[in-house]
Amino acid sequence: MSEETVSITIDGVEIEATPGQTILQAADAAGIYIPRLCAHPELEAFGACRVCTVKVNGRPQAACTTPVAKGMMVENDTSELLEYRRSLIEMLFVEGNHFCMFCERSGNCELQALAYRFGITAPRHDYQYPVRTLDGSHPEVFIDRNRCILCGRCVRASRDVDGKHVFDFVGRGHEKRIWIDAEARLADTPLKGEDRAVSVCPVGAILRKGTAYRDPIGRRAYDHRPIGSDIEACRPAEKKG
Amino acid sequence: MSDLERGVREICRSFRGDRTRMMDIVQAVQARYGCVSSEALNVIAAETDTHRVEVEGIVSFYTFLSAQPKGRVVIRLCDDIVDEMCGMRPVAQAFSEALGIPFGGTTPDGAITLEYTACIGLSDQAPAAIINDVPVTYLSSDKAREIVAELRRHGDPRRLVHRLGDGNNAHPLVRSMVHNSIRRKGPVVFAPFENGAALRKAMAMSPAEVIRDIKTSRLRGRGGAGFPTGMKWEFVRAAEGEPKYVICNADEGEPGTFKDRVILTEYADLVFEGMTIAGYAMGAAEGILYLRGEYAYLRVFLEHLLAERRRQGLLGKSVLGRAGFDFDIRIQMGAGAYVCGEETSLISSCEGRRGDPKNRPPFPAQRGYLDRPTAVNNVETFCCVARILDQGPGWFAQIGSRASTGTKLFSVSGDCASPGVYEYPFGVTLREVLTEVGAEAPAAVQIGGPSGQMVGPADFDRTICFDDLATGGSMIVFGPDRDPVYIAKRFLEFFAHESCGYCTPCRVGTWLMKKKLDALLEGRGEAADLPYLEDLGRTIKFTSRCGLGQTAPNPVLSTLKNFRTAYEKRAPARTDGHRAAFDLQAATAEARALIGETTAIY
Repeated sequence: MSEETVSITIDGVEIEATPGQTILQAADAAGIYIPRLCAHPELEAFGACRVCTVKVNGRPQAACTTPVAKGMMVENDTSELLEYRRSLIEMLFVEGNHFCMFCERSGNCELQALAYRFGITAPRHDYQYPVRTLDGSHPEVFIDRNRCILCGRCVRASRDVDGKHVFDFVGRGHEKRIWIDAEARLADTPLKGEDRAVSVCPVGAILRKGTAYRDPIGRRAYDHRPIGSDIEACRPAEKKG
Repeated sequence: MSDLERGVREICRSFRGDRTRMMDIVQAVQARYGCVSSEALNVIAAETDTHRVEVEGIVSFYTFLSAQPKGRVVIRLCDDIVDEMCGMRPVAQAFSEALGIPFGGTTPDGAITLEYTACIGLSDQAPAAIINDVPVTYLSSDKAREIVAELRRHGDPRRLVHRLGDGNNAHPLVRSMVHNSIRRKGPVVFAPFENGAALRKAMAMSPAEVIRDIKTSRLRGRGGAGFPTGMKWEFVRAAEGEPKYVICNADEGEPGTFKDRVILTEYADLVFEGMTIAGYAMGAAEGILYLRGEYAYLRVFLEHLLAERRRQGLLGKSVLGRAGFDFDIRIQMGAGAYVCGEETSLISSCEGRRGDPKNRPPFPAQRGYLDRPTAVNNVETFCCVARILDQGPGWFAQIGSRASTGTKLFSVSGDCASPGVYEYPFGVTLREVLTEVGAEAPAAVQIGGPSGQMVGPADFDRTICFDDLATGGSMIVFGPDRDPVYIAKRFLEFFAHESCGYCTPCRVGTWLMKKKLDALLEGRGEAADLPYLEDLGRTIKFTSRCGLGQTAPNPVLSTLKNFRTAYEKRAPARTDGHRAAFDLQAATAEARALIGETTAIY
């Protein structure tokens, strides 16, 4: 190990991390999967979905925003944390209107994939059935706010990767919505179909037109292996146990 | 160029197009044009080099800002639980009937808008409202009708003030009907002082010695969390980055709290003196008083006090003639967002953003306002600072208890004879306070506001201090006829409304909790609801991103613990398989209406 690393412990396994890394990044590099929704490797940490909540030296912290420090004791895969995460994922399902059976993102949706990984068949919370708006004005992209989980990936990608600031949040509390840099129509923004802001959406809230159901069942991202398997596949064999 | 465009541009330019002054810009636009319209959003974005959607995000975040036109006069009736207990409902009805509009509406002539608002810091003289910036207190149905008639006559809320309150409420720059209701004075906050005396003593020492004195006094923050003030200042002083900032959190918004209103009315100089001492100790050149929008009526008066202090050499260039120590204070107005009392949200708001809390680390002491080291302290904490420097840390430390030194102000309201502000040494028992405030038959006390806990008679002999019953100061007394479930529901309604919506557990969880309490109160409760509420509460507390979410479930969790029978009555166990929570008629009503089916389904 390089002299510049610090060691932290995740669920009893000691791993080496680089100062400046977050717990999530260090875990990813070590092949340990911490479930997440708003975090994205190309984007600034956000800390909104809270699905990556871990215990750091006994205290709850979001793994995506907490930098590593020498000797940190991190709990990740415990029944207590899994229960909290399951509840949070269920909250996102009941907050919006998520109809997996006819959603174009089905099979490629990170929210749906997490629900499968957690074995969620029906949420414990009551469905809220909110009335949300759609915007189909743009020739290449449409927004369906029914499926938005307010993860802010599009906000960050548009601002920091595309250099545009097409998206941001308006409203507060359960009235909070993703909104666009125009009076009403997505068509009136400089958004392009190939923008990163479009492709980073983890759910079916921002979709590229003309691509629906392009991947047949069986070839979708999460048809064969649960979400997080790619990270877990990187786990060095000697580190196991 | 339209008049609006010219006017908005002028406002933006008066703040040099500085996007960090966005709060001032949008509030000035709102004050001049009654709203921040779509056209205004475009002009502001262009003038401040931001995007329209960012400005829209800010305007839509704060309750007192609006993109839609409102009346020239906006009546905001406080709808918190204490106001309701004091007769707010009939007052609301009287306003609505006299104006001929529902809440949320504006009269057809565009003259008057009627709205509800969260606690406005007048629970001691409830029911109360703010009309534009003018507080009106002790409302009744008759008074509501008179107010409407008067407003129809002259349209000027300031002329509604016929009798002035006591103390500085009667000052020509305040002219308010608000009363201080100081019921008990103590030696720390509510005591006479001489402007500049504490500052002179501080500046006779080195900054490090000032911080040492604060540490010796064992002063802990008065906002509720109780972080040691001296330690915070030491972090800021040692942090890299210039300039450093001192912020005074005057955004008290916890339902039932109003002590800072009284401090700022009568003892503002003590606060400013404490802030200046903080500036000296930490090497800061600028202080910000973040004043909640509800206290806008105090702004001109506070500006006047600041100008006086500059004239006396207590603020500005070379404070007290000391070359190299420049320190000034500006007032930043809030605009109706409880979450901005959370220190990192408050900093976001000062920076001209949505009042979202920030990720920690980094902590404000390392990277706060404009990414510079920042100390945020409560109004009352700064009073303690000034008094410690004046009277000495030993004097302060012998008041109160070992781990909780000094005094604490309590804002007492609810079912008691003498609501008002009381200054007690830490360590007083709840029972002593209840006796003095004239609570005849207290059945429950919400201590520390809704984010604190609701306790019953079994806890009345406990002491109020950081180690036992901790409190930011709000104390609401409930008599035997009040329903703990209903009270908890009203508090959750408040939190759900005030959640910034950034993180999942607080945004969704508080709303779900509120809906479940609605179901219990509407007779649709089930036995399984109680463990469900406990689980949900634990999840919200554990996973929320800031103090709002981490404490929002407390009213429910503490009433479930201390007043469980009230819940059990509403959540009966059943063996017949009937699900009270499911209302078949309601669930099918829309579908039946669509197909024109009028018979009920059984």
